[in-house]
Amino acid sequence: MKIGIVVSEGPYTHQAADTAYHFVKSALAKGHEVPRVFFYHDGVNVSTRLSVPPQDERHIQKNWTALAGEHGIDLVVCIAAAQRRGLLDQNEAERQGKDANNIAEGFRISGLGQLIEMGIQTDRLVTFGD
Amino acid sequence: MSTLHTVNKSPFTNGSLLSCLKHCRPGDAILLIEDGVYGALKGSTVADAVCENLADVRLFLLGGDVRARGIEDEKILSQARTVEYDGYVDLVVEHDRTQSWL
Amino acid sequence: MSEVKKFLYVNRKAPYGTIYALESLEVVLIGAAFDQDVSLAFLDDGVFQLTRNQNTETIGVKNFSPTFRALGDYDVTKLYVERESLAERGLSESDLQEITYEDEDDDWAEKPSIRIVSRAEMADIMADQDVVLSF
Repeated sequence: MKIGIVVSEGPYTHQAADTAYHFVKSALAKGHEVPRVFFYHDGVNVSTRLSVPPQDERHIQKNWTALAGEHGIDLVVCIAAAQRRGLLDQNEAERQGKDANNIAEGFRISGLGQLIEMGIQTDRLVTFGD
Repeated sequence: MSTLHTVNKSPFTNGSLLSCLKHCRPGDAILLIEDGVYGALKGSTVADAVCENLADVRLFLLGGDVRARGIEDEKILSQARTVEYDGYVDLVVEHDRTQSWL
Repeated sequence: MSEVKKFLYVNRKAPYGTIYALESLEVVLIGAAFDQDVSLAFLDDGVFQLTRNQNTETIGVKNFSPTFRALGDYDVTKLYVERESLAERGLSESDLQEITYEDEDDDWAEKPSIRIVSRAEMADIMADQDVVLSF
């Protein structure tokens, strides 16, 4: 079965990104497909590559990047939500005249249409938020 | 046609669980995750409201969240069944849709 | 031709205190371009999103409540509001904005988009969907 995922809360403050990660790992292990994870609201903050948690803590962004690389999951960060919160990829940083970009490997910035498309193309949609 | 409802908040600070219970239909299931697992505590002020609505609705708890919070088995409503993340996936697949009561 | 799915946007949070209501509306507006069967549900504190007379000048946040009145232009014409949620908050339908759409199948007659439903009806509406997006 194809399962689409929405993550709508930021890392560390809320458990949502962790629960979603464990859910996706289990779904893949059971042979389901997770074609896309859509990050919305504060969930976009998962995608920053500048996060440096203490060594003995999980690294939420790196966990997602690794899982996506291994299983070909499309990690989409909502552009409108990301721009509000200061998350830019290289293209957007140049376009907006900013001196830095901060999107981690494996994530890409795109529009809300990707969320709707995921709802249309998957058999189930599961939202993790707060 | 049935729905899996997930609730991730404590019922003692937030109305999501009670609202969810009022919108369940026969054949639906509720899975309590994260702080939502506190909604299955025996003898709490919401326990009666939870049990009254479980005639045709199954109640599940996410085991990792229960253990993380140190909730012992004997503190949990007898109607609740514990599942792990793979059971969570099965519940999503078994029901036609998942509604998160955020 | 791709299949048409039933999408329900569930709104249970008040506006302004958090961003969920605004960002939900942004999804609805973008989603309208996909020609799916869209409904919006307003229950619990979500009913506060539709109240009249919102004025955000002093708090310096954009007042997005007029946008609800534009939804008809996007063919989003089913806004289900739960009667019990209104009553619990001391509200009635007259406290809500008037939101209408022009029905192209009925000589463009102007019709109300807000449909007040009971809690049991809301449960039925939720159970009739393919995709439920919660905000």
